[in-house]
Amino acid sequence: MVYRIPIGGAIETAIDFLVEHLSFITQAMSDIVETGLDYIVDGMLLVPEPLFILAVALLTWKLSGKRGIGVFALLGLSLIWNMGLWEATISTIALVLLATLFAIMLGVPIGILAAINKTLYRIVMPVLDVMQTMPAFVYLIPAIPFFGLGKMAAIFSTVVFSMPPAIRLTCLGIRQVPTELVECAEAFGSGRWQRLVQLELPLARSTIMAGVNQTVMLALSMVVIAAMIGAKGLGGEVWKAIQRLQMGRGFEAGIGIVIVAILLDRVLQRVGKKD
Amino acid sequence: MSKISIRNLYKIFGPTPDQAMKLLQEGASKDDIMAKTKHGVGVDNATFDVHEGEIVVVMGLSGSGKSTLIRCLNRLIEPTSGSVSIDGENVTVMNPDQLRDVRQSKLGMVFQNFALFPHWTVLKNASYGLGIKGTDPAEQEKRAMEALELVGLKGWENSLPGQLSGGMQQRVGLARALALDPDILLMDEAFSALDPLIRRDMQDELLNLQEKMHKTIVFISHDLDEALKLGDRIVLMKDGKIVQIGTPEEILTEPADDYVERFVEEVDVSKVLTADSIMKKTEAVAHLGADGPRAALRKMRTNNISSLFVLNKGRTLAGIITADDAAEMVKRGEKDLSQIICTDIKTVLPDTPAQDLFGIIHNLGYPLAVVDETNHLKGVIVRGTLIAALADRGGNE
Repeated sequence: MVYRIPIGGAIETAIDFLVEHLSFITQAMSDIVETGLDYIVDGMLLVPEPLFILAVALLTWKLSGKRGIGVFALLGLSLIWNMGLWEATISTIALVLLATLFAIMLGVPIGILAAINKTLYRIVMPVLDVMQTMPAFVYLIPAIPFFGLGKMAAIFSTVVFSMPPAIRLTCLGIRQVPTELVECAEAFGSGRWQRLVQLELPLARSTIMAGVNQTVMLALSMVVIAAMIGAKGLGGEVWKAIQRLQMGRGFEAGIGIVIVAILLDRVLQRVGKKD
Repeated sequence: MSKISIRNLYKIFGPTPDQAMKLLQEGASKDDIMAKTKHGVGVDNATFDVHEGEIVVVMGLSGSGKSTLIRCLNRLIEPTSGSVSIDGENVTVMNPDQLRDVRQSKLGMVFQNFALFPHWTVLKNASYGLGIKGTDPAEQEKRAMEALELVGLKGWENSLPGQLSGGMQQRVGLARALALDPDILLMDEAFSALDPLIRRDMQDELLNLQEKMHKTIVFISHDLDEALKLGDRIVLMKDGKIVQIGTPEEILTEPADDYVERFVEEVDVSKVLTADSIMKKTEAVAHLGADGPRAALRKMRTNNISSLFVLNKGRTLAGIITADDAAEMVKRGEKDLSQIICTDIKTVLPDTPAQDLFGIIHNLGYPLAVVDETNHLKGVIVRGTLIAALADRGGNE
């Protein structure tokens, strides 16, 4: 038999090694994040549903500047409540927002650094290609040994899966600043940091926001998949329905996800375009 | 001492310029070097000086290396070898801090496509350099406002660049450079993106400003008309090499080689244009017999000239007198202008082509008289009006 290159074996050994030496940190993170998330979800659930729905409807209306979206929020969330998916939806939204927050906090600075440093750029871009083409399910596997089944594992795999657009578009936005403007900053004796803050970030803003928008959407889709490793929420409902072959229940949860996705997308798109 | 002095400046684009440099110094051409080493030649052994208070126009077609050259002056592009000195200090060996300091204090730059920050107001754009320098905010605003006023943009300070026309945007670009009060202005095709009429206005405005400011200006242009109009001297470049340096007149009358000649030939109008379309009609003449030296002197004074044409009774041209001679006469108490008149003067007919005028007017100590066949004075031509007439032809299109 032909020699088989032990790629799988090597990766497994590497991950085992990391798990063995890092799990005390990752487990602690897991505990902290899960407790925090529980508090957030519990807090959100304390608000009476009608009040919450009304507040979100008003907020989306204000943020998007379109009444239609406010009305959509009102009707869509009422439908979710009516289908008995309220708790699952709140849990999903909390998970998505937290994962997105992490992804952006990591992704935007990495994007900035990659735009500034050519070597880093050459390293980061192929890694991003791999991250984006790797099937999403694969990320679930290493998440479990590090964080155990549950929400932190879900957040971890979601962050890994949804971060690439934030990095890529931040980097793109900065590199797209017209050469002449960059030359102008240079010619007037601007320092690197001044150039970044005064020129590049403001001009890259809408591109960065487009990246944030994509990150949120990817996070939502990954949170659903992460139900397989204990993320619960709307994805958990779908996962349950698959296992029990409850077609109706599965579609109901699916409709809930679509409603949340549309709301997030419309609001973020408007925020990105505002100048 | 010259303000900027450029010595044996080379710029070769590519990762390993050494081999290309060697070939270049052995006399290989730009294309050969590209074919052999895949390195581009930007600037090939440029040496010239820019004196304080003069406008030097670096001119050439696109790809001639003029934009690379100007960027080597403030090291937006790092020269491969050679030196650039500003006020005797070698910029090419400065560390980043020193370089930043020189850029902030001595070198204002104006860009082809204006390079204004679109998210900032006109005022904030104009005070950009001062902000970078860390000037106190009240002072920043004051100086930026002064600069905006200087370029005629008072009242627009709170607009965004996108709300302004191209010409106005470039005024902001100019104000941004002037607010720093640098000794040197680097202007990279500063008016090329403007339409012809606005471009002419801006050229006039720059010349007006220059009369007050006396900056040292390096101006990049691909337009001979612009170069003739603005330049005290013109540096002509081709394939990264300097082919000729000279006054507008020298470039027009003594083109150094075929390349320059072809360039100059584009000023076709110098053949079409004739003396009568260039000359200025003049009221400032003395009449033999009627005017004495005092009257002649007064006419010279009111017209700001130092010599005066003298007409005979029949209004035919008699000759020319100078202010010095007239003053001498007044001292001696004599009256008759015919004693000091110089009758041996150059005249041309109204249909003399502009091409020929250069040769005649060159080194002529007094204005050139245009007379008809019967020797009646039609007008006068001075060197300045000749150059200006050629440069201005863009406006007649």
